[in-house]
Amino acid sequence: MKYNWNWGIFWDPAPDGAGVYFSWLISGLGWTIATALAAWIIALAVGTVVGTLRTTPVGWVVKLGDAYVELFRNIPLLVQMFLWYFVLPELLPKALGDAMKQLAPPWGSYWPAVLCLGFYTSARVAEQIKAGILSLPRGQTMAATALGLTQPQAYRYVLLPMAFRIVLPPLTSEFMNIIKNSAVALTIGLVELTARARAMQEFTFQVFEAFTAATVIYILLNIVIVLAMRHLEKRVAVPGFIGSATGLQAGH
Amino acid sequence: MFAGFDFDVIHRSLPYLFKEGMTFTLTLTALAMSGGIVFGTLLAMMRLSSFAPLSLLAGGYVNLMRSIPLVLVIFWFYFLVPWIGGWAIGANQPIQVGAFWSSVVTFTLFEAAYYCEIMRAGIQSVPRGQVSAGYALGLNYWQTMGRIVLPQAFRNMTPVLLTQTIILFQDTSLVYVLSITDFLGAAAKVAQRDGRLIEMYLFVALVYFVISFTASYCVRRLQARIAIIR
Repeated sequence: MKYNWNWGIFWDPAPDGAGVYFSWLISGLGWTIATALAAWIIALAVGTVVGTLRTTPVGWVVKLGDAYVELFRNIPLLVQMFLWYFVLPELLPKALGDAMKQLAPPWGSYWPAVLCLGFYTSARVAEQIKAGILSLPRGQTMAATALGLTQPQAYRYVLLPMAFRIVLPPLTSEFMNIIKNSAVALTIGLVELTARARAMQEFTFQVFEAFTAATVIYILLNIVIVLAMRHLEKRVAVPGFIGSATGLQAGH
Repeated sequence: MFAGFDFDVIHRSLPYLFKEGMTFTLTLTALAMSGGIVFGTLLAMMRLSSFAPLSLLAGGYVNLMRSIPLVLVIFWFYFLVPWIGGWAIGANQPIQVGAFWSSVVTFTLFEAAYYCEIMRAGIQSVPRGQVSAGYALGLNYWQTMGRIVLPQAFRNMTPVLLTQTIILFQDTSLVYVLSITDFLGAAAKVAQRDGRLIEMYLFVALVYFVISFTASYCVRRLQARIAIIR
């Protein structure tokens, strides 16, 4: 039994004539990053709003926020991907649904993937933001109120800036999760990194070279993010205040 | 909105969905959970070992698994397991491994990395003095671990281990990329055959939601009941 290693395969011309196999992987990496970044914007914006609302004293708002989080946490990501891609265009008004279905090839699966990953991750970000706000001493809210700040102002100027610093480490891992989860989008036809490695394997039969390359690229991407976030953490740190990350949670 | 819905397609395919699909999903979840917790606990013990090569090896494995996407891991093992199997028994060519066992191996080894982190926190949550007390009584490493540390670690970590299992249950839907008939795969086949994507996928989402939500509600109840007040 012998496997024929051929590490030079990355510099063989790819069948689409546009370059070598290596450039396939790089283009896949580009789509992975583009998907993750766009989804992260949605996740951070929606997650912050939902997470904040869940800490307000208004009962029904908290319940609504909890329901939102439960909804997105208890359905597998792949099923959500199918709902955004196959089901949503059918449920929308006909003109809008048809426009979604007729998007040109990469965008037709790119936008559903971005929306899916964004909202899926927003539920997880909301959990972290809530935990961050609740970990602040109660005195901070009281002090803000005593200074005459309204509730939105208290959140904007006192609670959220502190909470964000506390939850930076868990948010970093959520961002890395988005990158990993973006591989699920290959099921709806988005040609990101894993899909590129899979296609390369199908054309060349060099299974292990293709997957090794993808694995190495994912690891490098992770290292870059960890370093960048460590830098950011240092830059925004408030002297004398050691934030505690939230406790251990199950997850990916 | 539900006017054009064909609820009959769900009714017709229920036996197929649950007898074939859900059985596969639950079997895979149960096997991967048992294997993953056992292997994950061993990994956690290795990571906490004072023998550097062992802890580096376990740490490297866990970090590797945690930094690549599950989909890529599924592809990896789908091609790797036949080669390793063939190499292990000295065959001339890669052996045939069914999609089922390939996915059991994949999910066991992948989730073990996540169970390892949970068990590591669990072992560390047991006060250091208890280990010393075990050694002072003349117990060896395995006796101290097996009789004193691990029972408490498991008790402390049961809710998190169960929550991770719910995530594993949801993750098994990704075997779809190998065209396996799990619950989602079965539904996708019916959906494509009958052209009933909306009904089938909404139904699948509902079933997954009900199961996962009920399970996580039970875990929360359990957590409140078994919490040790110190």
